[in-house]
Amino acid sequence: MRRRPRQASRQPVPRAAQPPPRGPRGAGRAGSRLRRPLTHLQRHAQVFLGSLGRLSRTPLTSLMTATVIGIALALPGGLYLLLHNAERLGGGWQESARISLYLKRDVGEKQARALAAQLRGRPGVRQVTYISREQGLREFRAASGFGAALDVLKTNPLPAVLVVQPAFSGDGPQAVQGLLEALRKLPQVALAQLDMAWVRRLYALMALAQRGVAILAAMLALAVLLVVGNTIRLDIQSRREQIEVTKLVGGTDAFIRRPFLYSGLWYGLAGGAIAWLLVRAALWLLQGPVQRLALLYHSDFTLTTLGLGPSVALLAGGGLLGLLGSWLAVGQHLAEIEPR
Amino acid sequence: MIRFDNVGKRYPGGHEALAEVSFRLERGEMAFLTGPSGAGKSTLLRLIALIERPTRGQVLLDGENLGRVRRRRVPYVRRRMGIIFQDYRLLHERTVFDNVALPLVIEGYPPAEIARRVRAALDKVGLLGRERMLPVTLSGGEQQRVSIARAVVHKPPLLLADEPTGNLDPDLSREIMELFEQFHQVGVTVLIASHDLDLIRSMDHRVLRLRAGRLDAAEPPERVA
Repeated sequence: MRRRPRQASRQPVPRAAQPPPRGPRGAGRAGSRLRRPLTHLQRHAQVFLGSLGRLSRTPLTSLMTATVIGIALALPGGLYLLLHNAERLGGGWQESARISLYLKRDVGEKQARALAAQLRGRPGVRQVTYISREQGLREFRAASGFGAALDVLKTNPLPAVLVVQPAFSGDGPQAVQGLLEALRKLPQVALAQLDMAWVRRLYALMALAQRGVAILAAMLALAVLLVVGNTIRLDIQSRREQIEVTKLVGGTDAFIRRPFLYSGLWYGLAGGAIAWLLVRAALWLLQGPVQRLALLYHSDFTLTTLGLGPSVALLAGGGLLGLLGSWLAVGQHLAEIEPR
Repeated sequence: MIRFDNVGKRYPGGHEALAEVSFRLERGEMAFLTGPSGAGKSTLLRLIALIERPTRGQVLLDGENLGRVRRRRVPYVRRRMGIIFQDYRLLHERTVFDNVALPLVIEGYPPAEIARRVRAALDKVGLLGRERMLPVTLSGGEQQRVSIARAVVHKPPLLLADEPTGNLDPDLSREIMELFEQFHQVGVTVLIASHDLDLIRSMDHRVLRLRAGRLDAAEPPERVA
């Protein structure tokens, strides 16, 4: 060796003599190691707020991106809410479904009332009303206009009827159908009738609409991913130099990735918040006309708005999509940038 | 510290930048890497900094074969060195302080220690008091000194400099070289690529000469591993 370090004892930090660092914390420096966990959190908080600060330096661009995300999230969010309301409305209609049990002629009043009491105790049954043959005749006479024809008959042709009102369950028309089958098998029952074709059609329509909303939501989620991904990609390209320098001085991929991920998270969260506002505004605009329409049907139906759960889901969904979108963009583009 | 064993580097286009390069640089040594433009000086430094990988032979840093360093570990290897470029490679929208602090921020130092070390490094290069300025408001020599402060702020045992005085006039160049000399004095291994032969001759350090990708035979044979 021609030239030695003149004062080897004054070597600043003999780090090279130690084994190469294993973890991201590096080796040595025991004094600062204790403070590391806090520092790590501080770093995250710093980057988290720092990325917000960077977005706020270009408010218009950031707002436009967030609004695009907001609209994309508001569409499925709003449609979901409409469907939810339609379901409530459908539920109300289902309650008006009635099963009419026409009893056999040899079933007397006492037996009929006993059967009614027995049916009331059945699960899935909300209410049972007994209509005696005489009562049925009176109602028929009053309502049908066939009074004169009835007078010709010597006996009352009408059977006694039990009107069964099914309890509304979340299971939809199948539960009611099951109840109908069971009642039909009762020995006292001559005929059991239920007209619920329209309820089934309504449910089928709603299932279709639900599927449609799900498909739309999936497509729009993809759109959000692409919007965030593209924004982050442009951001990465505009900071190419900074990324190169950071890599040169030993910045890990995680370190470089972090601010971009937080940017994506912010975009998504802001988009979720904008979507929430849009849905609230749309509901507010719809509330008046819906109430007027409901009034015409003598209903006190009002639109339910976004509850806490769906609101949180909208925000969290936005944030998650933002994070995922930036993750994809960062994963794809960060490796391409290597120092020259 | 650094050992090249029969290293060759051929770029994808077929251009052979280095061929059969063997030498070693001891810990605490200071050496110049010289030769005409295109002789492979930059390529040699880039192999040490893991910006490029050799196509033949081995590059060893502290006995570690750099050819075997996986992508994930590259940042940790780079933290053991400070790299200085001809074009400074500063971040122009960041202050001098932020530029110098970057290696410490990356390693997760506490803010108070970062501030202390950054000031110490800036003091060392004679720029204390310029922390809040943007690099563009500084002269070329000052910018290069900022980049040197950034390279030494985390006290790496190895300094690599690629034409650090290439854009500077002779007086400034001498100042910069004296800075390197000072780091060498405290035990840092220094390898400087430069074609400023007058300056190199006046410094009395070992010189590695590259010509068309090969080390000159002027290199004393006993030093070649």
